[in-house]
Amino acid sequence: MSGVRIEEVLLVAIVVAPALVGAALLGARVVRISSSNAGWLGAAVLAVMAVVSWPVVVSGVSVGTPFVAGSELGLAAGGPAVLLLPTMLVVATLVLTVATSEPETSEPRFTGLMLLFTSAAALTVLATSLPALLVGWELMGVASYALIGYRWADPRRVGSGATAFLTTRGADLGLYLATAAALAGGTDLSLDSLAGMDGGWRDVAAAGVLVAGLGKAAQLPFSFWLARAMDGPSPASALLHSAAMVALGGYLLVRLSPLLEGTSWAGATTSWVGVTTAVLLGCVAIAQTDLKQLLAASTAAQLGFVVLAAGVGATAAGTTHLVAHAAVKSLLFLAAGAWLHALGTKRLFALTGALRLWPALGALSGAGLLALSGLPPLSLWATKDAVLAGVREESLPLYLCALLASALSVAYALVALVILARPRRPRHDIGLDEEQPGTRAVDARVPIALAPLALAGVVLGLLTLPQVLDRVPGRIPVAPSTSELVVSSALVVLVAVGTGTWVLRRWDRCDEQASASSPVTGLLGSWLHLERAAHTLIVRPTLRTAAAAARVDDRIIAGAASGAARLTIRAARSVARLDDRALSGAVARTASGTLRAAGSSARGDASIAGVVQGVARGARRGGRAVRRTSSSGQLHRYYLQLVGSLLVVLVLVSVVVLIESSR
Amino acid sequence: MLSALLFLPLLAAVLLLVPAVSDRVARLAFVAVALVEVVGVAVLWWRYDDPGTGRLAFEEQVSWIPGIGSSYHVGLDGFSLPLVAMTTVVFLACAVFALAEARRPRLQAALFLALETTCLGVFASADLIVFFVFFDLSIVGMYLSINGWGHGDRARSALQFFLYTFLGSLALLVGFVGLYVASESHTFDMVTLAADPPLQGDGAVGVLVLGAVLLGLAVKTPTVPFHTWLPPAHTDAPAIGSAVLAGVMLKLGTYGLVRIAMPMFPDALRAWAPVLVAVGIASVLWGALVALAQTDLKRMIAYTSVNHMGYVVLAVGAAGVVGSDGGTDDAELRRTAITGAVTQMVSHGLLTTALFLLAGVVWSRHRDYAMDQYGGLASHAPRFAALLVVAALGSLGLPGLSGFVAELQIFAGSIGTVPVSAVALIGILLMTAVLLRAVQRLITGPSGPLSEEFTDVRPREWVPVGGLLALAIGVGIFPRPLLDLIEPAAATVASLVAR
Repeated sequence: MSGVRIEEVLLVAIVVAPALVGAALLGARVVRISSSNAGWLGAAVLAVMAVVSWPVVVSGVSVGTPFVAGSELGLAAGGPAVLLLPTMLVVATLVLTVATSEPETSEPRFTGLMLLFTSAAALTVLATSLPALLVGWELMGVASYALIGYRWADPRRVGSGATAFLTTRGADLGLYLATAAALAGGTDLSLDSLAGMDGGWRDVAAAGVLVAGLGKAAQLPFSFWLARAMDGPSPASALLHSAAMVALGGYLLVRLSPLLEGTSWAGATTSWVGVTTAVLLGCVAIAQTDLKQLLAASTAAQLGFVVLAAGVGATAAGTTHLVAHAAVKSLLFLAAGAWLHALGTKRLFALTGALRLWPALGALSGAGLLALSGLPPLSLWATKDAVLAGVREESLPLYLCALLASALSVAYALVALVILARPRRPRHDIGLDEEQPGTRAVDARVPIALAPLALAGVVLGLLTLPQVLDRVPGRIPVAPSTSELVVSSALVVLVAVGTGTWVLRRWDRCDEQASASSPVTGLLGSWLHLERAAHTLIVRPTLRTAAAAARVDDRIIAGAASGAARLTIRAARSVARLDDRALSGAVARTASGTLRAAGSSARGDASIAGVVQGVARGARRGGRAVRRTSSSGQLHRYYLQLVGSLLVVLVLVSVVVLIESSR
Repeated sequence: MLSALLFLPLLAAVLLLVPAVSDRVARLAFVAVALVEVVGVAVLWWRYDDPGTGRLAFEEQVSWIPGIGSSYHVGLDGFSLPLVAMTTVVFLACAVFALAEARRPRLQAALFLALETTCLGVFASADLIVFFVFFDLSIVGMYLSINGWGHGDRARSALQFFLYTFLGSLALLVGFVGLYVASESHTFDMVTLAADPPLQGDGAVGVLVLGAVLLGLAVKTPTVPFHTWLPPAHTDAPAIGSAVLAGVMLKLGTYGLVRIAMPMFPDALRAWAPVLVAVGIASVLWGALVALAQTDLKRMIAYTSVNHMGYVVLAVGAAGVVGSDGGTDDAELRRTAITGAVTQMVSHGLLTTALFLLAGVVWSRHRDYAMDQYGGLASHAPRFAALLVVAALGSLGLPGLSGFVAELQIFAGSIGTVPVSAVALIGILLMTAVLLRAVQRLITGPSGPLSEEFTDVRPREWVPVGGLLALAIGVGIFPRPLLDLIEPAAATVASLVAR
């Protein structure tokens, strides 16, 4: 075992250690740990893993063990994971640190689930083969189910978890399909071998991967699960819907971009789905009246840029956008959670001026919102422009749509920023405490944990400097030209000013109830009615079919079996009747006929009569013997048995005959 | 050694029939013998070497009815050893669970030990008559279990179970006799019959005889549309009866597919393959859909078995679709499908036993399986809730548990040979909905009328369930020891079918 490198052990530990600690915390009755200690233990484990991840990604080691169907359960610190793994672990550490400040999210169960989730997410980014990826991918899904439905006594929240899990698992079936296609295509199921397949199976694999990635990344038409996922605790959203889960949907497509581009259609389809989501969900975000819903819609929209990058093959840029977005969005979700905790609401209307209440938190989240808007020179401006440069090279219509999407991202970020930064209303307590009693306090841990995220949100644009971007794994089609940067900056400023003015005016004149009444805002506010559509088109018909199937099963299929049994009994009865009346009558008549014939022949031939009488005597003796053996003395039962056995023999004989005759 | 393991439970059963044995001793003896069986199988597994094509490990053969070419012939290979191991584990779990049995525990222990011998006998037998005798005796044993220890309309359910599956076994017998008559040497020996399939090239006759065998196995498995004996039998059976019925006895049917139908009827199986694929897909979808509509916990679990066994039938059917090149090209795919099928048998044995024992816990608390009567059990019975969640996640095929390893291989192998198999993927999603709904109705939300005074699981309840789930997790995370056992046997059968 001298050949085992320390980095290999650490690589395995990054996946295994959080899982083990998480599982132990879930069995907290066994380990008996207090709530606050559980939270700190979780944060500490993840902090160690985050530190450990640096030497691991620098060394680029890989390990593997045989798994199913000739594939490996392998881990490798390569590809986009080089940036994503440390990002994810750092974000998870900070999120768990903030989570310790609230009683609910410092319970061992919450920490345990977050650790299990992080472990699954780490496995997903490190996996080298489709089966290994699928393991992490699906475990991540079920952990998110448990986290979204964390408050299990509330059926609505549990239902939200189920919506998220069922929707993403439906899309995950694509990965099962891709695995089957990869095996049929003759690969060893490793991710790197997929692009090298040829023939129809490559298209099937690409389609499967595409569906799975779009589902997890909350792209259209799957986006609605992300809206329901906001029912989970805010720290869960801060990890799941910024740096992991949703982000890993984008990761999958970036990682397998060569496979998508290898087909004639998948690259373009990916790009267009991404840009459409970025535009439509951008509009949805503007129309939201709830801060977390706005952030969720913007997550789907921002992931649209990553998906777009995967479609056009600008994978290095896509990776930097994922990383920058993870920092910014986890910061904002944590801030929304802090305000919810303190003020008891996450409705934008009620949060007016919240930015001013706690200056440190306000400054950090203000920076986050500015970064989200894509204001130069903050991180998302730079990473998004790196993606756009790749898009422009690919197709002009796509580029124009992507510009529209960037304008929308300025708009929704500014809507939130302006409302949150306005002076408090005169009647400032309207709408407070409507979800939960607020504490009117923000723990010191919150700004401390948010500071590194805000810093990252400001400076991570450095990743797109040519000297750095060249070292990011993935393809860089082209660097953004100066004119592009000027155009996009001007666009940001124009839209920002426009939106700011519009929001200020609108919010002065009317409140949200009035504005939510128009059909367009209704459509956008409800996330394009996607959830209702899924219910109408899929869920309800399925449940109706299930009920109908159950009725058919009970009445017709089970009915046929018991009907056959009843028929058999009825047939047996009528055979018995036939036996009593017709058969015994016939036997009697035959007997008397025989006797008569015998009498006549006796007259003709005495010697034959002697024989006949001998046979008759024998038959009589046999009959008596039969009567003795048949305990009931009812001969018709005996006949019935005889007929039955004859039938069996007949079947067997006919089988034999058939076989013999066919030789 | 193998025969000693086979007949030890029967011997113990006979001894337990002595009325002087106290109930306490009988319960403990049940656990002790079941434990010895598990240890014995572990030893066998330790000493097992793959015997190679057409051979068996731990083989024993004694002349029995030479007149019809039948002998007492037993042995193990990569298919039977995992199932024998799974069977002993299931019976041990049942023995521990039955430690608090109040109704005639001595007789129940005797009955279940005898049942263990019959189930092990089916998996170990290498002679069709021995197979058939054990097969039919297991039906009798299960009939007695449902009728004697069940609840509800148990007499009717037991009789329906008996008649239905017994009729199925008659069809099986017709098929066996057909094989016997057609064989050169007039034998019932399974190794001989597999080495030189008698009806090969006989066209319609082989198809007809295999049809009889498949009908018998389809009833036992059960597949759509022969599954309707299953829900009433489960609903009215005692917890450990359901556990053995679903955990072990359903596999007698699917085991017959890989042990008899595939190697002994190669070309007839290829003819039947499209039907098997269709029946497999139908069972997957129908079982999941009907399960989705159930409100009774135990009926729901029963229908999930129809779904899970459907995957096995699908895989066997897909493995029977051999390409025009004689199957060398897709041998890898077909091997994967068969490996998945056998893994699924083991996995389903562990997981569904756990689920049925948990249903037994529910019944023992309030004599009611109606899921809407419960709710919020996560606070009333957290340990029960945790076990139920893990068992449900395993049953819905979550990675990290054995079901995923099985189903991924089934689909990876089947879709490549028969692309239409992809339709059955919907079954995975439906099962997710089925089990999430059940879990949510029972353990989340507000407390239901029967949730109060729902005592959490006791040690004799959580130990067996926890043990089964631990094994399922073990297979899910470290599948290689199991797969290393199954894969050579699967490769053999895949090549036999292509003959």
